[in-house]
Amino acid sequence: MDTAVDTHTDNLRDTLWRPLAGASRGYALALAVTFLLGAWGLACWGYQIVRGIGVAGIRRPTMWGLYLVNFVFWIGISHAGTLISAILRLTDAGWRKPVTRIAEAITVFALMIGAMFPIIHLGRPLVFFWLIPYPNSRLLWPNFRSPLLWDLTAILTYLSGSIIYLYLPLIPDLAELAQHANGWRGRLYRLLSIGWTGSDRQWHALERAMHRMAGMILAVAVSVHTVVAWDFAMAVAPLWHSTIFGPYFVAGAIFSGIAALLVAMAIIRRLLHLEAYVLPVHFDNLGKLLFLMSLLWFYFTVSENLTTWYGNSPAEMNVFGSRVRGPFAPYFWVMIFCNFVLPFLLLSSRRMRSVRNVTIAGVTVLIGMWLERYLIILPTLSYPRLAAATGFYKPTWVEVSITVSTFAAMAMFYLIFCKLFPAIAVWEYKHGSHR
Amino acid sequence: MEHRWGMAIDLDRCTGCEACVAACHAENNLPLSDPAEAEKGRAFHWIRVDRYYEGEFPDIRMKYMPVLCQQCEDAPCEPVCPTYATYHNAEGLNVQVYNRCVGTRYCGNNCPYSVRFFNWFEPEWPEPLELQHNPDVSIRPGGVMEKCTFCIQRIQRAKRDAKAEDRAITDGEVQPACVQSCPAEAMTFGDLDDPESKVSRLAASGRATRLLEDLGTKPKVFYLQRAK
Repeated sequence: MDTAVDTHTDNLRDTLWRPLAGASRGYALALAVTFLLGAWGLACWGYQIVRGIGVAGIRRPTMWGLYLVNFVFWIGISHAGTLISAILRLTDAGWRKPVTRIAEAITVFALMIGAMFPIIHLGRPLVFFWLIPYPNSRLLWPNFRSPLLWDLTAILTYLSGSIIYLYLPLIPDLAELAQHANGWRGRLYRLLSIGWTGSDRQWHALERAMHRMAGMILAVAVSVHTVVAWDFAMAVAPLWHSTIFGPYFVAGAIFSGIAALLVAMAIIRRLLHLEAYVLPVHFDNLGKLLFLMSLLWFYFTVSENLTTWYGNSPAEMNVFGSRVRGPFAPYFWVMIFCNFVLPFLLLSSRRMRSVRNVTIAGVTVLIGMWLERYLIILPTLSYPRLAAATGFYKPTWVEVSITVSTFAAMAMFYLIFCKLFPAIAVWEYKHGSHR
Repeated sequence: MEHRWGMAIDLDRCTGCEACVAACHAENNLPLSDPAEAEKGRAFHWIRVDRYYEGEFPDIRMKYMPVLCQQCEDAPCEPVCPTYATYHNAEGLNVQVYNRCVGTRYCGNNCPYSVRFFNWFEPEWPEPLELQHNPDVSIRPGGVMEKCTFCIQRIQRAKRDAKAEDRAITDGEVQPACVQSCPAEAMTFGDLDDPESKVSRLAASGRATRLLEDLGTKPKVFYLQRAK
């Protein structure tokens, strides 16, 4: 396949570069809608800062709500990219080429969005930087024992790492684009290609850097979601205080990350007319991976719930009961259906793993994993150890608006990205043997 | 450590009158909540009276349990705060520094007793209630956590008075507002490091238990009740 593509380099470049030029009416409309939704979310946040965090539905005892659900969800989505593309790069999976950049961009955007939520959720968001260790007039370091500080450290590391990881394989493409583009685009590409000439020495350095980053980013990605899990697991609250949470969250993150990648692939393939590059075999392969993660996720879910049920400790059974047959039961069973039953039906046999079915499974897994984050955070908080403090949370329009706007923001970032940079690494196709 | 302040609450004496709740509100400048906010679980009560029922209706026995910050020795709220807004002071009190709090609310989630209260909005008092603020207690801004302090302002005053008169604080000299106002005299406050203090003797009596003791938080509030 590589040689066939090599002879059609110009053709390939045309197809992959075509989306960069001009903007159709549909594109402009999509950009406008997503921008307006995103701006609405920002306006809601502004309203919340002025009025107070109380405009959200959080209360005692459920002091964390949708904002942190979204935080965990988006950080999970971010594992699409970097982690999956790093695994595929390190194992040198030949079919990865049309997938990696789409995945890496998801990571960066999902992290940008996800990292905002802890700040949005603060009581005093304007002093969020007090969590950052720097010499200050208060003569006080932050508390390094707090999981929230580990979290901040891990996420900032991951964000910087994945920006580098997205950027490195872009450099050769940017240099080539710089030769063909004029005006501000030309200047942008030239600036970003930092003097890439394509010499052997440069290729060698790039390959080495990419390989090292892939290794490092794997470790960082696993640790990031483990630390996010520890935000909960370090607390003594019933069903949060669980040793399984680290790996459970990492597995769930990779699971939802693959789902997000599949959905993004399906959309980009259709909109940018890349049917000749993003092939059914890619959906089939990622579908298998999604199936594997679905089984792993189900295994963790069973382990977590069976041991709780068998142990039968009262505080934990309160929370457990609210999930399987109490007020949270509808969410719980929809989650099981979305994350396990439907993916099992759609992905377990080769005959069923069509592009359409795999995409459907991707969508339901995204829904299911969002519900999973909800089910981890809220039942535990609703049923504290002292029954007298029990209380239920209802999100307000502010929280819902901000939640919806982040999905719009994700789409908007993606629209802009696809207009500025080729969605598929052109040089990786041309240099078939390159890692 | 000069003192180790603790409290004993006699559940067999408590009548559930909630005088402690009202006294605490007045002493500590607790913000008032309107009914809609209170219904959302946003009312401030640094001390609350939980009600428990024993037996089957109609043959029931009501039990009241005043719950306030248990001033744990190993407080789960403390290590999770990223800004040291909640920490252990030299006298073993679990104190809250409002100015440092950024409002992550992690401490509130990690408190097994659910005794931490968050300022969801800037506090408001309908006229003329803002005129009755206690000048010894700071008003908390919106977006920060607050909770029972064992009336630290009264502890400080007693320490100043004792120092000025060059003497030690006597047992029973410091009384938080809840203890002072309890008509059933169910509550006792004092120094747990002084083996002769009333609270030490009550804490050492066979009737003393601590709330959710199995979590290992080592609370400094002791509940007294008849052993079954």
